[in-house]
Amino acid sequence: MLHRFAQFVVGCTVLLVLAGSLVTSTGSGLAVPDWPTTYGWNMFTFPPSKWVGGIFYEHGHRLIASTVGFLTIVLAAWIWLADPRRWMKRLGVAALAAVIAQGVLGGLTVLFFLPDAISTAHAGLAEIFFCMTVAIALFTSRGWTEAAGAADDRALRVVATATTALVYTQIIVGAVMRHSGAGLAIPDFPLMFGGLVPDRWSNAIAIHFAHRVGALIVAAAVLATSAHVWYHHRGRRELTGPAGMIIGLVLVQITLGALTVLSRRNVAINSAHVVCGALVLATSLVITLRSWRARFAEVRLKPDTTPVGVRISPPAGARA
Amino acid sequence: MRLRNVWVQVLGVALSASVAACGGSQEGSKPAATTAKPAASAGGSKVDPSTAGDIKGVITLTGTAPKNEPIRMNADPVCIKQTASQGPQSQETFAVTGDKLANVFVYVKDGLGSYSYDPPAGNATLDQHGCRYTPHVFGVRVGQQIEIVNSDPTLHNIHAMPKANAEFNNGQPIQGMKMNHAFKAKEVMVPFKCDVHGWMNAYVGVLDHPYFAVSKADGSFEIKGLPPGTYTIEAWHEKLGATTQSVTIAAKDSKDVNFTFDAAKAAAD
Repeated sequence: MLHRFAQFVVGCTVLLVLAGSLVTSTGSGLAVPDWPTTYGWNMFTFPPSKWVGGIFYEHGHRLIASTVGFLTIVLAAWIWLADPRRWMKRLGVAALAAVIAQGVLGGLTVLFFLPDAISTAHAGLAEIFFCMTVAIALFTSRGWTEAAGAADDRALRVVATATTALVYTQIIVGAVMRHSGAGLAIPDFPLMFGGLVPDRWSNAIAIHFAHRVGALIVAAAVLATSAHVWYHHRGRRELTGPAGMIIGLVLVQITLGALTVLSRRNVAINSAHVVCGALVLATSLVITLRSWRARFAEVRLKPDTTPVGVRISPPAGARA
Repeated sequence: MRLRNVWVQVLGVALSASVAACGGSQEGSKPAATTAKPAASAGGSKVDPSTAGDIKGVITLTGTAPKNEPIRMNADPVCIKQTASQGPQSQETFAVTGDKLANVFVYVKDGLGSYSYDPPAGNATLDQHGCRYTPHVFGVRVGQQIEIVNSDPTLHNIHAMPKANAEFNNGQPIQGMKMNHAFKAKEVMVPFKCDVHGWMNAYVGVLDHPYFAVSKADGSFEIKGLPPGTYTIEAWHEKLGATTQSVTIAAKDSKDVNFTFDAAKAAAD
């Protein structure tokens, strides 16, 4: 049940990421000038008849965020009471602290008129919080707790961890680009001002260029991770599943990125690009965490004397 | 026990930030009840009206004016209802009649020296009516109160985005609400927008002297009461940019200063 609830929180967080991206994509970040009230109303009693224009997106985002915050309180409390693993209890508390900090950051973005640094931090912390919910869902899953065969593959750990870090960096670069107004600094695609590299430079063009280059780097890293999984762990569905999914997500993400530029930042496409980026990160995180499964304390495996790709059963009597 | 302390500290920080956030105030804005007048400009002698002259002119647009972007007010049914009798709405970016261009802000940019001026006679007014700002372009003196009114039965926020003055963003959820704001530093131009209704925008020029005007529908403008001297006159348009001319005014002189904007510049941008 805890796992099902954790999955539900993940789903709600995806909706929250979408709601947040719509706020920026529609330019509604300051449609509600006050915080934590809404035009002087308590935010939970603000009349739906007044959810017009940009208020619909900004106020809606605040309500969804409050809901996710409440769900996180329940999740953290549930983990604290029901999960015997001390590190899981700490993770639940950390997730709650992250979502509280995220709410405060959101308020500060409004009160200080969307400064680039705070808006970017808000976007970055959103992804971290999302990763925490995904991790909690994974750690409460039967596949994880029953430790159904965890190979100790150092190369996979390295490539998967590096890929996740690169995906997160690319998201941050994208957030800086978005919140500094550089989303169309290079107005054409796939060329840049008609060439393979820009023939003129500014801060905005540089950050936009970095995001496009980052996409290629992330694509290469994702390919490397998935290739390693298929070559060395072909029989392990818990790895091959997300390895295949992330390839599809990256292809979709690159397409959405191109369409965002070509459509001059169509709201729906732009927002989908943000959400897809979060899904790429989550999928890469799942592969990474599963690659580290053998190293988690509750399953003490013998030193790696077994060839990569062979299933290893946990020692008899080991706690999940 | 250590974790509980961390919990308490995290919650304490969050609560403190929330309390601080509840206070969030915007600098310089007051409810409409206070209408303190700005002081007269400090400085040298006053302008002698017996020697003052004026400049007048016409703003012309050459080439084909770009089409103004249509406005879809679907986001707020109240706005649709308010403008139902006016037909399809569009932006006022290019307010062209024939080849004459309105909403160009014309002002004395340079050459005035250190005269002192009487304070402005009253408040300026920026009205939100039919989910549009009226006027679209206007000028005020430094320290002059701008009375911002919500004449619509819907919410608006008034978001000013100056560079030399303090930014502010205030909500007016109720029809009839008013607020006053005075800019403390000269700035050409300060944009206003409504984040609820993204098509709403206006521009205000804030000056430390009274020599400014906005071109009318026939492109004409007039600036009166200028002391003799040589001046740089600038004409500013929200999309076509700014252009300047130099003019010398003798005592009780009246000079024609006409400006021409090229529509092709908007297309190039």
